[in-house]
Amino acid sequence: MKIKKTPGETVFNFLNVIFMILFCCAAIYPFLYLAARSLSSADANFSQITIIPQGFSWENYVRVFKNADIGVGFKNAILRTVVGTTVNVVFSILAAYPLSKKYYPNRSFWTGIIVFTMFFSGGMIPGYLLVKRLGLLNTMWAMILPGAINTYNMIIMRNFFMSLPDALEEAAKIDGAGDFRVLVSIMLPMSKPIIATIALWSMVGHWNAWFDCLIYITDPSKQVLQVIMRRIVLEGTSQMLNPNASEFTDMIVNPENIKASTIIVATLPIVMVYPFLQKYFVKGVLVGSLKG
Amino acid sequence: MQASTEHKKGFFYKSGLYRYKKYGALSLMLLPVIIYYLVFHYASMYGAVIAFKDYSFMKGIIGSPWVGLANFRRMFMSDSFFEVFRNTLVISLYKLITGFPAPILFAILLNELNGGRFKKTVQTISYLPHFLSWVILGGMFMQLLSLGGPINIFLKKIGLDPVFFLGDVRYFRSVLVITSLWKSIGWSSIIYLAALTGIDPQLYEAARIDGAGKIKQIIHITLPSLIPVITIMFIFSVGSIINDDFDQIFNLYNEAVYSVGDVISTYNYRIGMINNEYEYSTAVGLFKNVIAIVLIFITNFTAKKFNDYGIW
Repeated sequence: MKIKKTPGETVFNFLNVIFMILFCCAAIYPFLYLAARSLSSADANFSQITIIPQGFSWENYVRVFKNADIGVGFKNAILRTVVGTTVNVVFSILAAYPLSKKYYPNRSFWTGIIVFTMFFSGGMIPGYLLVKRLGLLNTMWAMILPGAINTYNMIIMRNFFMSLPDALEEAAKIDGAGDFRVLVSIMLPMSKPIIATIALWSMVGHWNAWFDCLIYITDPSKQVLQVIMRRIVLEGTSQMLNPNASEFTDMIVNPENIKASTIIVATLPIVMVYPFLQKYFVKGVLVGSLKG
Repeated sequence: MQASTEHKKGFFYKSGLYRYKKYGALSLMLLPVIIYYLVFHYASMYGAVIAFKDYSFMKGIIGSPWVGLANFRRMFMSDSFFEVFRNTLVISLYKLITGFPAPILFAILLNELNGGRFKKTVQTISYLPHFLSWVILGGMFMQLLSLGGPINIFLKKIGLDPVFFLGDVRYFRSVLVITSLWKSIGWSSIIYLAALTGIDPQLYEAARIDGAGKIKQIIHITLPSLIPVITIMFIFSVGSIINDDFDQIFNLYNEAVYSVGDVISTYNYRIGMINNEYEYSTAVGLFKNVIAIVLIFITNFTAKKFNDYGIW
């Protein structure tokens, strides 16, 4: 039975829609503003609030892509993301599967040891000294190994494994399969959604990570995009922004517009894949729980 | 299960290692994991003992001489530490007051949109900032909030004086609170949205037949159903009040606003990585981590007591 809408409800719904539209404008405006700036010519006058490029031009993007640092940053970021995600997923599975077995000896002890690290850590300097001592400074591994397992994600995966029926494992074992075989041939294929979710989280995390690169990697040829971008955008120190030191001496340069296009270039990869992957991310948030 | 019947016989209880061999493949999987945690987590926890030492690189962590609580004494004597400690708590408190209820409200309003394409679009847009790093967002807000940026153009249009938001001690904290809200409101609402879909629609039907309006339905049906989720999220929020958002503040602050915006983690970074005062930085970090873990235990205990619903 459908009940007719009361006038109060109609007003409520109307105001709600208005609010949501305003909200979306506020959420999306900064991106549109930067996009407009990035497509504007250097002498454009930005004294109006606008999201339309002033004196349309691609010159900012040309400069960004001609900048060697940006290319290096992209390459390093992609490498880090691919290797880092693989390590994360493999290690998470290796941890989650044994810990999901109720019969595994001292299971809660091992889980406790691992979960404790979520709440307490040595801190930044001990971490730095450790990485230095292991000889990982200025290598890609400094950005991958310290975070090889995200404990929270690993627990989510463990909970998923625990939710799979025991009967599957028992049946396979009666047929003579070992634990590795059960994991690879039965459990992993059934866990594709959770593995995809965790891989995606890990990918975004690696793509966006910058602090570890900032402190562990001092060699500019090994730095990732975020750190290089930080140097250009926040510190404003790059020859790209300095008209006297570049090949474009005859052109006027607007550093703000170039910064805007740098930001857009670093944002686009995420914005382009995000709408397609959104549902996995959201699902991922909901499967997690530390209980049990 | 096989294992439990053997436990009952009591035979495998004493020979502990044998049990790991029995599940050899599983143990082989877990081994690298345990090594990882020992090396990258527990070794660095051990490294935190330099907070009680006069560390020198030549002597190493073990060889450096003990100095007792000297580094902590220095911390408590230092004015700048008290400043960053106060800033951390004040900024976190502001963020808690605004950032905690906002996603709940947002989720409730979003839930009232009754599905459809519009709701999905709003969700997609509101989640997006969560996926961008503070390096990107920092650069973005610097442009938006600069003296020639659109916000100041707008202020001039309505007849107000331009404000240098990121360099003015009066506005910097507000900038932190608002940008943090802007980034997280959509994503933080997911957990509440999920809880909302679990509410039985018959409850609303019944309330409407009884003549309850939207607001009454929200107060008497929606909010009570959210209480368990709100409780656990509140535990996390209060438990992390000492954890400032390093990424955000580090990418937005500058020397002009240190007096209101410098927090424990940014201070810790500067004394450790810029000034190379390793022991002192570790002491500050350790102090913070100990407070954080105590807070977690306290909030969890309290929540269990009142609500029977904790993290563990």
